[in-house]
Amino acid sequence: MLRCEILLPDKGFFGHERECYRFSLTFSGFYTILARVFPHNTSVFQRPWGGSMQAILDELEAKRKQARLGGGQARIDKQHAKGKLTARERIELLVDEGSFEEYDTFVAHRCTDFGMENDRPMGDGVVTGWGTVNGRLIYVFSQDFTVFGGSLSETHAQKICKIMDMALRNGAPVIGLNDSGGARIQEGVASLAGYADVFLRNVKASGVVPQISVIMGPCAGGAVYSPAMTDFIFMVEDSSYMFVTGPDVVKTVTNEVVTAEELGGARTHTSKSSVADAAFASDVEALTQTRRFVDFLPLSAREKPPVRPSNDTATRIEMSLDTLVPANPNMPYDMKELIAKIADEGDFFEIQEAYAKNMITGFVRLEGKSVGIVANQPMVLAGCLDIDSSRKAARFVRFCDAFNIPILTLVDVPGFLPGTSQEYSGIIKHGAKLLFAFAETTVPKVTVITRKAYGGAYDVMSSKHIGGDVNYAWPTAEIAVMGAKGATEILYRSELDDPDKIAARTKEYENRFANPFVAAEKGFIDEVIMPHSTRRRVVRAFSSLENKMVDKPNRKHDNIPL
Amino acid sequence: MFDKILIANRGEIACRVMKTARKMGIATVAVYSDADVGAPHVRMADEAVHIGPPAAADSYLVMDKILDAIKQTGAQAVHPGYGFLSENAAFAEALEAAGIAFIGPGKRAIEAMGDKITSKKLADEAGVSTVPGHMGLIEDAEEAVKIASQIGYPVMIKASAGGGGKGMRIAWNDDEAREGFALSRSEARSSFGDERIFIEKFVQKPRHIEIQVLGDKHGNTIYLGERECSIQRRHQKVIEEAPSPFLDEATRKAMGEQSVALAKAVDYSSAGTVEFIVDPDRNFYFLEMNTRLQVEHPVTELITGIDLVEQMIRVAYGEHLAIQQSDVKLNGWAIESRLYAEDPYRNFLPSIGRLTRYRPPVESATDDAVVRNDTGVEEGGEISMFYDPMIAKLCTWASGEGQAARASAIAGMQDALDGFELEGIGHNIPFLQAVMNHDLFRSGDISTAFIAEEYPEGFEGASLGEEEIERAAALATVAQVISESRNVQISGTLSNHTREVGNKWVAMIDDPVAGKSSHGVSALWVEGAAEVSLEGGERWRVETDWTPGQTLMIATIDGKPTVMKLSPLADGWRVRWRGADLKIAVRSPRAAELAALMPVKLPPDTSKFLLCPMPGLVVNINVEAGEEVQEGQALATVEAMKMENVLRAERKGVVAAVKAAPGDSLAVDEVIIEFE
Repeated sequence: MLRCEILLPDKGFFGHERECYRFSLTFSGFYTILARVFPHNTSVFQRPWGGSMQAILDELEAKRKQARLGGGQARIDKQHAKGKLTARERIELLVDEGSFEEYDTFVAHRCTDFGMENDRPMGDGVVTGWGTVNGRLIYVFSQDFTVFGGSLSETHAQKICKIMDMALRNGAPVIGLNDSGGARIQEGVASLAGYADVFLRNVKASGVVPQISVIMGPCAGGAVYSPAMTDFIFMVEDSSYMFVTGPDVVKTVTNEVVTAEELGGARTHTSKSSVADAAFASDVEALTQTRRFVDFLPLSAREKPPVRPSNDTATRIEMSLDTLVPANPNMPYDMKELIAKIADEGDFFEIQEAYAKNMITGFVRLEGKSVGIVANQPMVLAGCLDIDSSRKAARFVRFCDAFNIPILTLVDVPGFLPGTSQEYSGIIKHGAKLLFAFAETTVPKVTVITRKAYGGAYDVMSSKHIGGDVNYAWPTAEIAVMGAKGATEILYRSELDDPDKIAARTKEYENRFANPFVAAEKGFIDEVIMPHSTRRRVVRAFSSLENKMVDKPNRKHDNIPL
Repeated sequence: MFDKILIANRGEIACRVMKTARKMGIATVAVYSDADVGAPHVRMADEAVHIGPPAAADSYLVMDKILDAIKQTGAQAVHPGYGFLSENAAFAEALEAAGIAFIGPGKRAIEAMGDKITSKKLADEAGVSTVPGHMGLIEDAEEAVKIASQIGYPVMIKASAGGGGKGMRIAWNDDEAREGFALSRSEARSSFGDERIFIEKFVQKPRHIEIQVLGDKHGNTIYLGERECSIQRRHQKVIEEAPSPFLDEATRKAMGEQSVALAKAVDYSSAGTVEFIVDPDRNFYFLEMNTRLQVEHPVTELITGIDLVEQMIRVAYGEHLAIQQSDVKLNGWAIESRLYAEDPYRNFLPSIGRLTRYRPPVESATDDAVVRNDTGVEEGGEISMFYDPMIAKLCTWASGEGQAARASAIAGMQDALDGFELEGIGHNIPFLQAVMNHDLFRSGDISTAFIAEEYPEGFEGASLGEEEIERAAALATVAQVISESRNVQISGTLSNHTREVGNKWVAMIDDPVAGKSSHGVSALWVEGAAEVSLEGGERWRVETDWTPGQTLMIATIDGKPTVMKLSPLADGWRVRWRGADLKIAVRSPRAAELAALMPVKLPPDTSKFLLCPMPGLVVNINVEAGEEVQEGQALATVEAMKMENVLRAERKGVVAAVKAAPGDSLAVDEVIIEFE
């Protein structure tokens, strides 16, 4: 029986005619046809070694069924009781329904020590394969905590390596769903070798295909270094943790008493350590958001970021932006409002939301195309640059550049954060990271200065001088070496004891320099724009930069001040 | 007619007055403080004069600054709006001295009605029904009992010197009157050092109903029907309507005629309002007279078709009233909702900040229905701590008579509130919707105690009926399908392996009031509309032009227009509709199965903490670590909007740690004190 489905053209929701013809031929149907074509030659449809075909097929199905059970129903129930989904359930939620193709279902470990030879479950604690997210190819591995606690064996690692190699060859992201107790101790050094094999591939894939790690259970010891080398780490609140050494070792060595959650839970890593880029409330939410996130990224560095149609008009005017910057320069305002009002549909995927909040990083779309946002946040520490915010933004900028994602920089920066703690911790080198990162990018870059752009921080924030392609300023911009008060105190030191004179000098300085026109006169600002037309301007600017080409110097690689 | 008038006010009422002035061809002058630079009322005016710093006491309330502005601009008359200088006799006098017309009543009327005792006396003399009572020295309990029984029980006994409810007692019989008198007197003596006691008829289940009057300078005075303003929260009116669902023609006439008599007694010229309380037997008693335009005047305008501001201007110019009592016809039903910047979920605490989104429903007027929105704010504007927290007055009117007209006006209000987009600050739209949906309110059986009695524990959110929940589920599903269908149009998909968007879904609803529920929903597109059917239930045809990113979903469900606020969450949609605030996750059946396995995460236990209820400045902390505190004990004081808010212990406990210090500026929900 040949089954043929023809889907007639249907009208998409956005008015696009979509034609889709689909034929499918079932396996058993194929033999039925053969039987009709060759009615007398039964050997065509009977296996030469006897036994019915159906029994063989049934056996495959039974084996698959067994493999799908992983560590068995009891352990699955235990996993559920912990509020966690199983490895396969997670994949179901990550990829389009029915799109997952599993590889290496039947791989089993080779360990013969400690009685392991008697317990060789299929799959060996990790489910690997590929599927699609909204129709786009991704490779995935999902560690199965129900099988030996998701521990990594030689063969477990080989499975991961296999799909990583495929992802690299075929140009598609690798998404790792981590839920593993760590190395398979019974395998000893073979397990460590397995880790290293994965590490090496993480590095080789870095900047070639996006790598996303979703931590959905324990991830401890050496195991943390694979996610650490991927592009993004997402964590699930309350059920995941990451650390190099666990609470027990910490207690033995340093006498510190700390819970696993405090030491390496989602909140710790998103707000304190910056190891993780986002935290989500549950497995379901984490996977839903990972899907949303994948839609922002190109499949590999070989291509441009994807385009997703939008009904949001490029010329949308936002009159309320004309009042965003308060009259008082010391009053904060929420830069996220500007981001939401520039972005298509107000849709913003924020990266490291809870860390170094004086800097905002994340992705939006403009005319359906992904754009990375780097923005100072005047609500926190006046939006200044410090070690944490510089590191956060620098890494983000480098990701965007590696994957051809244009960058929009929104500037309101009073300068670098002063103080011994910053200097002793190396703000010089860390601040340089952001400067270096911006300066080495070749993707299209548009900058909008909304208010303060003072001193060296002005240079750092994607200024014209370090390669900004189109640099805009709002009329409220103040582009200067420093604020008026500081400047007059230095310039007119001799008049310091006369407050009236200093006030007059400050006013004079403000009138002359607290505006965008000094910079505009010199061509450092391409145009002073109305806040309400920011979206239209920025969209047009990126449109004009679509075919930007830059020659890169020939070198092995640069030497960013790590 | 005047060529130019100055409006000595701000916000919505300034805009309201200018609208009429413009219609009459009169030039307008606005005044503004530092906080109102560039505000709508300033931009709307032909000229604007800056009058000082933000605080009203330094700007809008300073007569000399207003007089300067008049001089500067050559305005011939001043409309004071409401509040500020509107009932200030000295201001009226100063204007008169300067030869400037005051668009309001004469000085004498303002003065006479501004004083509680004088106004009551005048009302009495004019034959206006006042609350029977006795004020003055009462010798002993026996005299008190005598007075009380003369007035008729129940009576209210209180100290003359005491304000508000302090020292107030209700007596239902002689014994209680005797006891109440003794207690009140001793309390009056100890608290106020003044043992004068005041006995007054206690009006049960009172309604607040007021009569709009209008007089000219030639002795003509008419009344324009009543307004019912019983829906109040702590004496702040929230919802008003006209006519009142309670008055009959005879009572209306009696109240109207008495009001006119009172107005005439003080030579009232201009628009004014006589406020009454009305008991369940339609006995009405004079409360006070407001000698200005009331906030809630639009409902009267809507049912009479008379522009009160225009009348005020004409009267001030000296024109004769062109309307006679017999011309006044009440037509249809009007309701006004006051949108306040206050958070209903946090005991209506004021909320200040930037209006990141402000999109009121479109104003419209047909023969059957009117939507009117009086406002003085705009998107990107700031609700500041300096002025009244009212954002807008949303009014709806419906034609017809009686309950049917009222029901239509309420339905219009519900739709208008659904489409009112307001973000950036806390606001009372959910609460207004809850009242609109409240059976008692809908029946018209209300009193001034409505809010206190129906929401004794405060407002926790509006609840939806089962069908409304299903409608919300249906629209969220349609939004989900539209979004998913758009998402699969992303570039770079595997050719011929396009993701098929399914048509079977499960809408998982998290309603903070009604709890969680799941609904199987299927959505099929047929001829540009979605055929949505709910498992074991309704089948609807949903039409919408909604596209992802739109914050309002405007749809019809089987032809019935429905507007919901819709915003994406990390996992699902936030749906705000009819005052409810729901979280709806629309999932494939398999995803729903898996989502059901997720643990229910309880919100963090905050009972061990004293959290800052609003953004503000810590003024002081009254306790220290280790201290045992009693229920009701003051723990800390936080200043917000110039108001000091004392935070008290909800129960007995021991302070574990103090996390904030005086001078700290805190955000909402920041921890101030931790308990053991």
